[in-house]
Amino acid sequence: MTLAMAPYMLAFLIFVVGLYAIVAKRNLIKVIVGLLILDYAANLLLVLVGYRTPAEGAPVAPILVGGAEKAADLAASAVDPLPQALVLTSIVIGLSVTALVVALAIRLHEKYGTFDTGLMRNLKG
Amino acid sequence: MDQVVPLLVAIPLAGGFLIPVIGRFTKSHRVTAILPIVMACGLLVIAILLLARPGETVVYWVGGWTFPIGISLVADGLSKLVVLIIAVVSLLALLFSLDYMTRYTSPGLYYGLFMLMVAGMVGVVISGDLFNIFVFLEIAGIASYALVAYGTEADELEASFKYLVLSAIASAFILLGIAFVYSVTGHLNLAKIAEVIRMGGGLTTPLYVAAAFFIMGFGLKAAMVPFHAWLPDAHPSAPAPISAMLSGVLIKACGVYVLCRLTFSVLGNHQAFGTILVVLGTLSMVLGALMAIGQGDLKRLLAYSSISQVGYVVLAVGAGLVGLGLAKDSEPLAAAARLAVFGGLFHLVNHAVFKSLLFLCSGSIEYATGSRRLDQLSGLGKRMPVTGWTLRVGALAISGVPPFGGFWSKVIIILALTHMAVLVHWAFYIPVALAVATAVVTLVYYAKVQRSILGGEPSDAAKGAREVPFAMCLASVLLAVLCLASALIVLPSVRARLVDPAVRVLSAGAGSTVEPATASEDSEARTPAAAQVAVKEGMTP
Repeated sequence: MTLAMAPYMLAFLIFVVGLYAIVAKRNLIKVIVGLLILDYAANLLLVLVGYRTPAEGAPVAPILVGGAEKAADLAASAVDPLPQALVLTSIVIGLSVTALVVALAIRLHEKYGTFDTGLMRNLKG
Repeated sequence: MDQVVPLLVAIPLAGGFLIPVIGRFTKSHRVTAILPIVMACGLLVIAILLLARPGETVVYWVGGWTFPIGISLVADGLSKLVVLIIAVVSLLALLFSLDYMTRYTSPGLYYGLFMLMVAGMVGVVISGDLFNIFVFLEIAGIASYALVAYGTEADELEASFKYLVLSAIASAFILLGIAFVYSVTGHLNLAKIAEVIRMGGGLTTPLYVAAAFFIMGFGLKAAMVPFHAWLPDAHPSAPAPISAMLSGVLIKACGVYVLCRLTFSVLGNHQAFGTILVVLGTLSMVLGALMAIGQGDLKRLLAYSSISQVGYVVLAVGAGLVGLGLAKDSEPLAAAARLAVFGGLFHLVNHAVFKSLLFLCSGSIEYATGSRRLDQLSGLGKRMPVTGWTLRVGALAISGVPPFGGFWSKVIIILALTHMAVLVHWAFYIPVALAVATAVVTLVYYAKVQRSILGGEPSDAAKGAREVPFAMCLASVLLAVLCLASALIVLPSVRARLVDPAVRVLSAGAGSTVEPATASEDSEARTPAAAQVAVKEGMTP
């Protein structure tokens, strides 16, 4: 495994951390946080897929002067924008799912007076 | 013709926003229900219009942008079939909701979410783009989580929470799979991905990983057995028409359909994925049925039975996949594989019809008696004749008793599996034996349901029961008629119109089916004649 693979591996590590939180934690809020981590890990990986390491220096958006050949240069060196668009969509979806799951958790807290899944009937698993 | 395709998504999506607005101004359930029913009728009309031209693949590019930039909506044989199922079941579930939902408040939100769910499912089915499948999957998912929690009692909230968490894990895996596929192929358009994979000489390791993620994610959405834990909680907790939608359509549109589409048409290594599907399907079929026997709650029993019946579908489709992978030049094997796929899709149609019917019947029973415990209910056959008879029809159809569609599809599946056992490997006799055994078990537990609910003297809960209102009866009776009518699919003329185009789409294999990718890049190919030629070229193996 080369150093270039490290960011991807880290994204997977975050993914696994999220899975662990969902599976192992008994607190509803912690499960929700695990869900968020899972979501972010997937988003991170998507962005990484489209990322392109610059040849030298930090990635700075260049000031474009000139005609079509400049644009072609940019296209050849720029980051793939499609995954970023996908991640934006995915973040919006994640937001709505989170809003819903938090609303559910609040209603569950009203019913049981606790966030502990062990004290709820069907959620033990 | 291609102009109507986006309407399939646009109509219910508009409903999802308009109906809650109407709900703000009126508290009347009837008034709010007008718009969704009109919209569902519209969907049905469009679905029938599309089906009126079997064999034609309709491709619509959103916003007029074609291939590398644009997003395509594709209605081919398989999509049309599933869209038809969605339209029929949602229309009848809405009809049933007219009276059933009067027990709940805020009809505007209910019908709005309902239409949003329909929009998501139709979107999944007609989208020709991997990421859009994910987006529509989430739309359908979010609407269904909210609908499962609609009763806002502790049980419903818990079931919805569990469903949401597991489903969100599935979505995260699917997103990871999409990231993998995109990084390897550089495309999201299904046809283009298939083409790149085929040109690149098959699957590489990252694609196998992506496939594993997809099978896990969509398997969870389809409630295949190792991933089924959410379904027996979520489906019974929803209001009855929603249970009918979830069990009848949602697990198929969001789970089985996408699994078929990805494994048959996109990924291409038929044998490996086919074997996985056969194993998952067999497990679901057997364990679902075994778990259903012990249930004392009618809707929970039906939910486990859904797992079992979807297992049949996945088993048959997986066997077809194995067959197609091996049938390089063996015509009998290809024929057996096509038969298996046909059996699977036929059973999918049947299951949509009879499981919706059974869930609606359970809703009627709950409406009339306030209970759905098998031990508290008896003697309803005399009190509620219409519900009783429709329940009988549904139970007979699902257990595979001859005149109904369920019998024919199970026979075809078992027949095709036997062919496969003879032609491919003796190991296929195992699913054959298990499929027969499961059919018997299914018959037993549905016989138990019928005897305990319909027969005997009326119990305390059943004493005050009266037949449910007209609209609910009408929905059940129509579905019962469809249970009988679906047997007609075995007739060659009906089969050629409804299911054969879908079978052809799947059995044509990877790269040639999702849409005529090479043809659709130039605008002339969008004329019906050229599209038809492209499809026909894709059809010849």
